[in-house]
Amino acid sequence: MTELLALHRTTKRYGAVVANADISLSLKAGEVHALLGENGAGKSTVVKTICGLVEPDSGFLSWRGERVILTGPADARAKGIAVVFQHFSLFDALTVAENIALGLDNGRADSALADRIRDLAQRYGLAIDPSAVVGNLSVGEMQRVEIIRALMQDPQLLVLDEPTSVLTPAEVEALIRTLRLLADEGRGILYISHKLGEIRQLCDRVTVLRSGKVVGETDPKASTPDQLAEMMIGQRLTAPSGKPPVNSDARILLEVEHLNAPAGPLGLSGLHDLTFTVLAGEIFGIAGVAGNGQKALLAALSGEFPVSSDSMIRLNGVAIGRMPPQARRSRGLAYVPPDRLGTGAVPDLDLSENALLSAYRRLAMAARGLLHPGKASHFAQQIIRQFDVRSAGLSARAGSLSGGNLQKFIVGREMLQAPSLLLAAHPTWGVDAGAAAAIHQALLDLAASGAGILLISEDLDELLALADRIAVICDGRLSKPMAVADADATTMGLLMAGEAVDAAH
Amino acid sequence: MTDFLILGSIAMAATPLVFAALGELVTERAGVLNLGVEGMMLMGAVCGFIAVASGAHWIVGAAAGALAGACLASLFAALVLGFAANQVASGLALTIFGTGLSALIGSNYVGTPVDKIPAVLWGLDPMVFAALAMSAAIALWLYRTRQGLILRAVGENAEAAHAHGHTVLKVRLLAIMFGGAMSGLGGAYLSLAYTPLWAEGMTAGRGWIALALVVFGAWRPGRVLIGAYLFGSVGVLQLHAQSSGLLAIPSEILSMLPYIATIAVLALLTTRQQQSRAPAALGQAFHRLR
Repeated sequence: MTELLALHRTTKRYGAVVANADISLSLKAGEVHALLGENGAGKSTVVKTICGLVEPDSGFLSWRGERVILTGPADARAKGIAVVFQHFSLFDALTVAENIALGLDNGRADSALADRIRDLAQRYGLAIDPSAVVGNLSVGEMQRVEIIRALMQDPQLLVLDEPTSVLTPAEVEALIRTLRLLADEGRGILYISHKLGEIRQLCDRVTVLRSGKVVGETDPKASTPDQLAEMMIGQRLTAPSGKPPVNSDARILLEVEHLNAPAGPLGLSGLHDLTFTVLAGEIFGIAGVAGNGQKALLAALSGEFPVSSDSMIRLNGVAIGRMPPQARRSRGLAYVPPDRLGTGAVPDLDLSENALLSAYRRLAMAARGLLHPGKASHFAQQIIRQFDVRSAGLSARAGSLSGGNLQKFIVGREMLQAPSLLLAAHPTWGVDAGAAAAIHQALLDLAASGAGILLISEDLDELLALADRIAVICDGRLSKPMAVADADATTMGLLMAGEAVDAAH
Repeated sequence: MTDFLILGSIAMAATPLVFAALGELVTERAGVLNLGVEGMMLMGAVCGFIAVASGAHWIVGAAAGALAGACLASLFAALVLGFAANQVASGLALTIFGTGLSALIGSNYVGTPVDKIPAVLWGLDPMVFAALAMSAAIALWLYRTRQGLILRAVGENAEAAHAHGHTVLKVRLLAIMFGGAMSGLGGAYLSLAYTPLWAEGMTAGRGWIALALVVFGAWRPGRVLIGAYLFGSVGVLQLHAQSSGLLAIPSEILSMLPYIATIAVLALLTTRQQQSRAPAALGQAFHRLR
């Protein structure tokens, strides 16, 4: 097979951080080549180098065997390299056709272009309406726009940076079919991901990256997922060690009784007569398909949206239903919100300020109206150390951390406040395998130390691995809680779909 | 005859606003907020006036006004593009600077008479028609050409436009210079046709009205044109109402009418439409990585 693009011992530093060290990589026509690595391993820097956005400090690139210097994205495009970025570079206010025209050297959003878009969409199974405004599309559709835009230039090499992190399983299947079709036409594909299953299903070669270095190259179909994960993380993935079972006479930490909330304000769905308890040392899981009342339940419990009566929610025996969030926090509630950037952390504030925002009351970081910046940075330092948060230090903006590292920081920030009850929503969503394992272990350790955890997740495997008891939320109603030993995938699936199951257990 | 005069004075009141607001619209569509419109208009007014008072043809005067506006705008561009300075602060500084500088270089020309730009059709001068043609041309350019598309893309998402190989800073520089030239032209129209004379601070807040028209006109050339003419007509009509003495309404209230009417009408127009939001990257500095 002919070699298209190759990196020869390229190195790129940002200040003191070495993002890429001595990377060598050879991409061939007709081959799907995977670049595997955890968040922060240097994958994005490789992509930027390939598309000409970053110039390596040392080492060089070759295109079809000849040494080249890429002066920028337009240059890379002219050579036949097209990139689909992880964060879409789309213009929300413009139409699909206008967006695609911008990626072409001399494109105009006219009817000829619309025809070409429909033609490509047809050929590769990427249904899209050229006149739709991009801001109104779903994430999967936006990605189709990105791919069609890349294909417009008839590229020799197509680079996809974490293409599936935001797709539903059905969309992933469709994408993999499209990519196989493209490779069979003789194009080279570089597929960047940390999802082992997809790589083994789709790719012909895999190069594994760790802390900016190539640690190996292999045939993914001939390796087991465990072997690939080991190469990626650099150590064996240990199954989380368990925790002691809950005492039958354990104290009730959280007591929710006949919790009702109307649908409406803030776009929340209604809650209907929810009753459950969380005991000391227990992990109580709530499963369910997104959009069935999880947000409303979280808002009611965290205090974002106080409920109508104080006694609907009791924490350590105190009725807190109408209390604001900080009052609940100072009584021992901690909360890991479902979205990292937004409610979990303020992207433009640094880590120590973000630590202060949720902990200042409980850890007494303010006195007589003045903050103690020292206490906050000491606390942030402690989180970074204990939860292995990789960042440029205390003054790094929260938004500059990778997803996994920011999530570890947020989970750490809540856990180190020594809560009696932790409310955790999707704690490992979009987080790489290493960070997910660390977060799971931390949750188990916290429960073992006697705290209660309410874990809301869409990931059944996660719930079955961690929880003591599980209930399913559907349409704002909660199923009868069952012990995890009695919960099987079939029953759970039926409950999630809203089928009444005789819960005789 | 009187009706015709009123229509003519409406067009003349609206024309400087049309120029300045269209220029600012193009600048803002590229993602740059230039609050220096008032200062650039004043510089255009004084430089155009000096040229004509020194014996130049009015076309040369208008060109001098445009050039003066563009020069002041290039100062702004150096700050916000070259040094990625804050756009709001730089724009305000530009207005203050332009106000002072125009007063200084125009001090010898206060009270000097010049010939008004001659009328060509229906008692109206060519600049009125030029302003109308400009709004059509800008609308066509923004929505029907590739360059217009690139400009809008830069104003929506500069990082993405850069990733596609478009030169963000160059597009923004040209947009700022164009905005300055148009503001200067609007100012020159005031001192060469509307009044025609030079007085310190003679724009009397029209630069700020132009800025407001861009927002209430939802960053669309057609709406901005309607807004400018609406503002001009209510302004002229209330003057006539005041002088006729027919209405027993305090003149202060009447003077407010143009502002209220313009805001009300344009606000009603925009709330109906979904696509009324500002360019997403408006006011954000662009830092090139590498």
